[in-house]
Amino acid sequence: MRLEPKPAPSLATMLAYPIGAMAATFVISSLLVLAAGASPFSVFGLVAKGAAGSQFALLETLTRATPLIFTGLAVAVAFRAKLWNIGAEAQLYAGAIITVVLGTGLLPLPAPILIPLIMVVAMAAGALVLLGPAILKTRFGVDEVVTTLLFNFIMLLFVSMLLEGVLKDPMGMGWPQSQRVIAEAQLPRLIPRTRLHLGFLIALVAAVAVWVIMKKTTLGYEMRAVGHNPEAARFAGIPVNHVLMKTALLSGGLAALAGFSEVAGLKGNLTLDLSPGFGYTGIVVAMLAMLNPLGVVLAAIFVAGIFVGADAMSRTAGVPSYIAQVMVATSLLTMVVAIMLTRFRVRWR
Amino acid sequence: MIEAFEILFTASFWVAAIRIASPLIFATMGELICERAGVLNLGIEGIMVAGAFAGWLTVYLGGDLWTGVAIAAMAGAMFGLLHATLTVPLGLSQHVVGIGITLLATSLTYFTYRIVLPEVTSPPRIASFQPLPVPVLSEIPVLGPALFNQTPLTYLAFVTVGVVAWVLYRTPLGLAVRAAGENPSAVEAQGISVTAIRTGAVMAGSALMAVGGAFLTMSAFNSFFFEMINGRGWICIALVVFGSWRPGKALLGAILFAAFDAYQVRLQQITGGAVPYQLFLMMPFVLSILALVVMSRRAAYPKALMIPYQKGER
Amino acid sequence: MPSEVRRVGQISRGCRGEPSRPIALGDCPASRERRDRANHYRCSMTSDSTPVLRIANVTKRFGLLVANDSISLELGKGEVVALLGENGAGKTTLMNILFGHYVADEGTVEAFGRMLPPGDPRAALGAGVGMVHQHFTLADNMTVLENIALGTQNPWSWRLDRSGARARIRQLATDFGLAVDPDRQIAALSVGERQRVEILKALYRDARVLILDEPTAVLTPLETEGLFRTLKMLVARGLSIIFISHKLNEVMAVSDRVLVLRGGRLAGERITADTTRQELAALMVGREVMSPPVAPVVRGGELLSLDDVSTAARAGGSALDHVSLRLHGGVITGLAGVSGNGQAALAALLAGALAPSAGTMRLAGAAVSDWSPRKALEGGIARIPEDRHAVGSIGDMSVAENVIAERYRSAQFSRHGFMDWKAARAFAEELIRDYDVKCPSPDARIRLLSGGNMQKLILGRALYPDPVVILANQPTRGLDVGAVAYVHRRLLEARGRGAAILLISEDLDEILALSDEVRVMFKGKISEPSPRGERSIQQLGELMAGHGMGEAADAA
Repeated sequence: MRLEPKPAPSLATMLAYPIGAMAATFVISSLLVLAAGASPFSVFGLVAKGAAGSQFALLETLTRATPLIFTGLAVAVAFRAKLWNIGAEAQLYAGAIITVVLGTGLLPLPAPILIPLIMVVAMAAGALVLLGPAILKTRFGVDEVVTTLLFNFIMLLFVSMLLEGVLKDPMGMGWPQSQRVIAEAQLPRLIPRTRLHLGFLIALVAAVAVWVIMKKTTLGYEMRAVGHNPEAARFAGIPVNHVLMKTALLSGGLAALAGFSEVAGLKGNLTLDLSPGFGYTGIVVAMLAMLNPLGVVLAAIFVAGIFVGADAMSRTAGVPSYIAQVMVATSLLTMVVAIMLTRFRVRWR
Repeated sequence: MIEAFEILFTASFWVAAIRIASPLIFATMGELICERAGVLNLGIEGIMVAGAFAGWLTVYLGGDLWTGVAIAAMAGAMFGLLHATLTVPLGLSQHVVGIGITLLATSLTYFTYRIVLPEVTSPPRIASFQPLPVPVLSEIPVLGPALFNQTPLTYLAFVTVGVVAWVLYRTPLGLAVRAAGENPSAVEAQGISVTAIRTGAVMAGSALMAVGGAFLTMSAFNSFFFEMINGRGWICIALVVFGSWRPGKALLGAILFAAFDAYQVRLQQITGGAVPYQLFLMMPFVLSILALVVMSRRAAYPKALMIPYQKGER
Repeated sequence: MPSEVRRVGQISRGCRGEPSRPIALGDCPASRERRDRANHYRCSMTSDSTPVLRIANVTKRFGLLVANDSISLELGKGEVVALLGENGAGKTTLMNILFGHYVADEGTVEAFGRMLPPGDPRAALGAGVGMVHQHFTLADNMTVLENIALGTQNPWSWRLDRSGARARIRQLATDFGLAVDPDRQIAALSVGERQRVEILKALYRDARVLILDEPTAVLTPLETEGLFRTLKMLVARGLSIIFISHKLNEVMAVSDRVLVLRGGRLAGERITADTTRQELAALMVGREVMSPPVAPVVRGGELLSLDDVSTAARAGGSALDHVSLRLHGGVITGLAGVSGNGQAALAALLAGALAPSAGTMRLAGAAVSDWSPRKALEGGIARIPEDRHAVGSIGDMSVAENVIAERYRSAQFSRHGFMDWKAARAFAEELIRDYDVKCPSPDARIRLLSGGNMQKLILGRALYPDPVVILANQPTRGLDVGAVAYVHRRLLEARGRGAAILLISEDLDEILALSDEVRVMFKGKISEPSPRGERSIQQLGELMAGHGMGEAADAA
């Protein structure tokens, strides 16, 4: 078996393979649904209904998509430059910590000043968290996959320490949770009496901004060059290590916004289960979007829909909601195969 | 202070250290085999979860303990086959596929757990492996109980290190595995299929990772619960680097690491809450990162690690 | 194939019975060769008549490209056949088919009268066909013994039989004069020793046919002589050899018969004794090779100088060892030498990728500091890298994105951190037009271009607008004749405009054709320059082997 490069793929193939990957994902998950003793048609029908069957469901899906857009963008930016940031989870919590530190009354400022300030500081914190592994990579050649993964565990323990220590809510009846953020630090709801908040709009703006950076700026050009061929980029005079640092700062900052938006827009306080793996799911979102920042928005909504829909479905159909995670993981694998097939032809002799 | 020092001379400390080391030894050997053949297997964390569950489930459903170990190994090998199929002949990114395998193995395990046990709230228990003292030797003070009063799976872990070292350095097969990780064209030029060698290595390695996971449910504890692997897989990846891709050194690293882990648990009890316990729990992860930094400069890593190979390429 | 050709082809060098004569580069006046061959002819009656290897009508296509077009080849016992052709002529593809790495679309391969199943790498090895690849297929972290024994013992055996293997390797080494210690690590061996290991690998498997792919590319002239002696010994013992090369001198020196490949086709077949270098060259490139006309040198000012410069050691070759070098405007300085002797370090130094660890480097008279690729570019150094795929281009980016890589930050292509893609595209179109690049559009990915077209773009990028110093590192490696001539013309034009050019090449003919002064590099040191036409190929060969370098380096 050999792989032979294909000429530039047409738009049709660029779309056909990812759609094929999704179809394969559904076929594989159907087998699991059958194994659980349910009918795939009715189960996926319920998932779709739970994800987008009503205004409430749809808004819930968009709410769930918000942090995934941020972590998806963080991963897309980093992977573009081949900086393997698997630590969006840690950077998310860094953003969340800053939000509760600054947003629970420490700074008595009006909302239009306080919220942007928190965002900037949160991004800086997330950026710093990724800067460590980036420096270890460029200075010592330590693989950033392992270090960012290990940082996730360190960060979670750090959060646990804070929640049982300095950040512990005195009124929390002993639960490891922080105080709630003050009203001035909360993101307003986009539609009254729903959970969709301003964070979603910020995520959309972020996606457009990242798209502009990648396509139109020298930094985006540098990042793509470094990602495709660092040796050639270095030879051409692109400061590869600097570019990787900038990439790390941008990526970490974006992931931190996920934590900020979850605390300030939805949960109101910091707990240990703030993120059910948004950082890891961000990898799937970014790959489904083929690292395209605008595609990240669609992919995040799709993935969020599966999660929200599966939750609703499991309440009625009795198939465990973990089917959502299985589908997301499967789609990651089918998608990387699909991306490869848009670039290479498999010859069997 | 004296108290903190005395811990090192208690038998129970070393017993715990070796027990903690056992799953790490299995999984580190598994990762080492994969990387020696040129494949970074980031599926390790998920494969350990799957192995822990598969072994436990087999026994829970009435199977014999050793059957459970075998089933766990097979489950691991299956995920290894999936990993290898995607990364070896198709040459996909070992980073992305590895993370994907971890997500898939973990979620499939949790899904299956919920299907098999829809109603349970507290995880059911099984009769796990019991310590099997070696006569005479286990009577040696301190080290006797640590090395010779363990469960059969711990003995198997040590045997595994010897077998892996022997196979890698003393057999024709090991020659091919090492060459595949160093210069795959050398393997192809001698008429051996790189795809077959790498796929086989990843499957065998993944099987060992799964047995490492099964150790937790079948020897260290007696039930399966979520989050039980808790980053052990990632630590094993650091241990392979720490051990310079050599089985003996990796074994030493695993024991050192486990000893440290056992030590911090005891230190926690002595300090009695004056220091947040999370700081102690962080130490294994911090230590892993430090190990990576220290070893990064002199590590003689397999030259073809993470580089896909295509026939006829040179 | 005409039958008489085959008969003549079975001439065995082994029956010559005369003491082996050292063969040096260029030491093959056609007349003497022909006389020698005529002597062989008389004793050729003893050879048996079945070919040991028969490749029949092999065709291989890659998409639209026909890499091998109905190629046939027969090899007799004790015969040396040279497969001559330029890079891309289809030599490597043919060998990959023979070894089962590729499957031919048409045609068959037979060894010792038995058909080899397609696509099975073990078949050729099992049938007694061994190959010495140009890029060695050795695992550096393993010993000689382990590399040789790899794949020769039952993989499920519980134990590697080392002592048996060691004894056999020692025996073979003595029999064929291939001295290597079986227990040394490959990493500790010289290039010549590694090649011996490769040959031993084949002999260990009882190879009766040995294929050598560009075996002299990495050897010094002295090592080359040693290799040729080994080959004679092999032929004397009845082995048959296919010698793949693009070097005419060597082909004339070692082969009995020559097959010339051009553009995937068999362009001709000649008995070596009955042909000349000129005829083979014409067959190989399809027309007479012409040296470019060179205008008289107009020596300008000193543009770049190295004074006693050393560099830190780095992997894959010598570091610079107290090197002094001056590059003048309007002068092409050719740097000859076997690769791995510090050319990579010197090229990296000029390119800005490596800074001097000692000594001074001056650019237009001013000592450089904080040396980086960007500084080199700002100082007006044009760089043509050795490896156009890995270093010279970013394969998955477009032509436009590639050609601006060295100056995307200039006001021409970006403002306030935002790229001006229109300007980039216009620049790409300009280069495509000026350099006659065959390319669908500036938006095409550069990896889809042929080597020649890619090199033209890299040349265009480097030579824009008018560089002061040009580093041309193997600028024509792997290009077809037309592209080679084009690159040479552009370099000579730049010389005419007053640029100082450093030409690093393994191709002595290229060095001699272009250089106004020639220097030789050996173990990190550089010889004194000699003006055009002063040193002969033999003299350069001596320097390349390190003879006489000591005085030169001391004097410099």
